Amino acid sequence: MFSIYKRRRLINQFNLLIAALSMALGLLALGWILWTLLSFGLHGVSLDMFTKNTPPPGSQGGLLNAIVGSFLMTMIGTLIGTPIGILAGTYLAEFGQRGWLAPTTRFINDILLSAPSIVIGLFIYSTVVMTSRHFSGWAGSLALALLVIPVVVRTTENMLRLVPNTLREAAAALGAPQWKIVTMITWRASKAGMMTGILLAIARISGETAPLLFTALNNQFWSTNMNAPIANLPVVIFQMAMSPYEDWHDLAWAGALLITVTVLGLSILARVLFRQEKTSH
Amino acid sequence: MDTKTKISLRNLNFFYGKNHALKNINLDIPSNHVTAFIGPSGCGKSTLLRTLNRMYDLYPGQRAEGQIILDDQDILDKSTDLNKLRARVGMVFQKPTPFPMSIYDNIAFGIKLYDSPSRSELDDRVEWALKKAALWNEVKDILNQSGYSLSGGQQQRLCIARGIAVKPEVLLLDEPASALDPISTARIEELIHELKADYTIIIVTHSMQQAARVSDFTAYMYLGEMVEFGKTDMVFTNPAKKETEDYITGKFG
Repeated sequence: MFSIYKRRRLINQFNLLIAALSMALGLLALGWILWTLLSFGLHGVSLDMFTKNTPPPGSQGGLLNAIVGSFLMTMIGTLIGTPIGILAGTYLAEFGQRGWLAPTTRFINDILLSAPSIVIGLFIYSTVVMTSRHFSGWAGSLALALLVIPVVVRTTENMLRLVPNTLREAAAALGAPQWKIVTMITWRASKAGMMTGILLAIARISGETAPLLFTALNNQFWSTNMNAPIANLPVVIFQMAMSPYEDWHDLAWAGALLITVTVLGLSILARVLFRQEKTSH
Repeated sequence: MDTKTKISLRNLNFFYGKNHALKNINLDIPSNHVTAFIGPSGCGKSTLLRTLNRMYDLYPGQRAEGQIILDDQDILDKSTDLNKLRARVGMVFQKPTPFPMSIYDNIAFGIKLYDSPSRSELDDRVEWALKKAALWNEVKDILNQSGYSLSGGQQQRLCIARGIAVKPEVLLLDEPASALDPISTARIEELIHELKADYTIIIVTHSMQQAARVSDFTAYMYLGEMVEFGKTDMVFTNPAKKETEDYITGKFG
C-alpha cells in the first residue's frame, strides 16, 4: 500500500519538475528575445522615429512613412478580412450542421490558416500585381486580408460553439427566427471572444513581412497612395537590417521593438477584454 | 373527462436517427390544466415535450411521425410555420437560460418578435409579465442590470416571465425546478397553480411529489411508451397498471 503511494508521489514530483523546467526554458527564450530587442532597440528610439521619414543611407531619419503605411494596410486588411471571417465563421457554427459545404469550408480554412504567408504573398503577386503590372498598397492589404480571414473564421466558429445550445433553444422557443437568434443572442453572448479573435488577427498581420515583399514592396518616401508601392515596417526592417549602415541598423531595431510592443499591447488588450466579459456573465 | 382538449397526439413515433424513442403515443392533453409527464430517466418524457413545439427540428437526424393536433391543426404538417408555432407554445428549460442582455430586454426580446408596441406599451407588457411570474417586486429597480446578476431561482422566473410575455397558449416546462432550492421550487409551483387559469401547462418532472402537488393530470411513461394517463389523484392513489404502481410506490425507478 505505502510503497505504491510513495511511488506515485515520486512520479508526480518528477513530472512536475520536468513540466516546470520546460516552462522555464520557454520563458527564457521569450525573455531573451525581449531583452535583446530592448537593449538594441531602445537605443534607436527617439522622437525622430515618429516624425521623420526613412532616411537615405548614412543620414538621420525616422520611420514615419513606414508606420503610416503599415497602419493603413493593416487597417484595410482587417476591414476586408473581418466581415468575411465573421460571416463565414457564423455559417460554420450556426447554419452548417447539414450537408457537405461546412465541413469542406472548415477543412480549406484550416489549410489557409497554416499556409506559409509567403505563399499568400506569391498568390497575390500572381493575381493582382502581375495583372495590374505594379506593386501597390492595395495588393499588400489584400494579402493581409487573406491572412486575417482564416484566423477570424476559426475564432468566430470556436467562440460561437462555446455558446450553449440551451440558449439557442430558449430563443427558438420564443419563436425567434434563426437570423435573429444569431444576431441578437449568440453573437452577443460571444462578443468578447470574437473581438479577441480580431485583435489576435491584427497582431498576426502587423508583423508579417513575406506577404508584403511581393505586393506592397516598399517606398523610401512619404506616400499614402494605395495604388502605388507603400512603405511598411516589416519590409523596412528587413531591408535596413540587411544593409551595411550603422544608422539603419539602429532604426531597424527600433522598428522591431515598436512592432513587438504593439503586438504585445494588442494581446494584452485581447486578454483583458475576454476576461472582463467572462466575469460580467 | 369533461374538459376541452388542447393537444391531441395520434400514433406519435419519434426517432433519434435509428433509435426509436417514442412508440405510438396517443394522448389528449386537456386545456387550462396542468399535465405532468413522469417516468424514469430515458423514458422519453422530455422527448415527448420537445415534439410539442418541434424543438427537435433544430437538430438533423431527429424526426417525428404521426399527428400532433393543436386546436385542429396538425403541427407535424410540413406547412407549419415553426416560429409561429413556438410563439403559441412556449417553453421553459431545466437550467435557467437568461439571454446576455438586461432583465428588461430579456422580456422585451420575445415581445418585439411579433408585436411592435410603443415604448410605454412595451413597459406595461414587461411589467405585466414580471408580475405574472412573481418577480416584479424583486427586479423593478434593477431592470437595466444583466439577467445573469439574478439568483438561479430568479433567473428561472425570469425565463417563465419571458415565456409568458409572448402570450402563448401552451407552456411547456422541462423540469423547471430541478436545479433550484426548495424555496425557489415552492415559488415556481405556486406560479404554475396561478398560471393554469390562462394557459395549458405541461410539465416534465423527476419528482413524483412535485407531479402530485402541481398537476391535474399525470402521464406515466416507460421506455418510450405511454403506460398510463389519467387524473393525478387516480394515477397516484389507484393506478390502473401494475408498472405505474411499482414506479409510484418506489419499487423501481
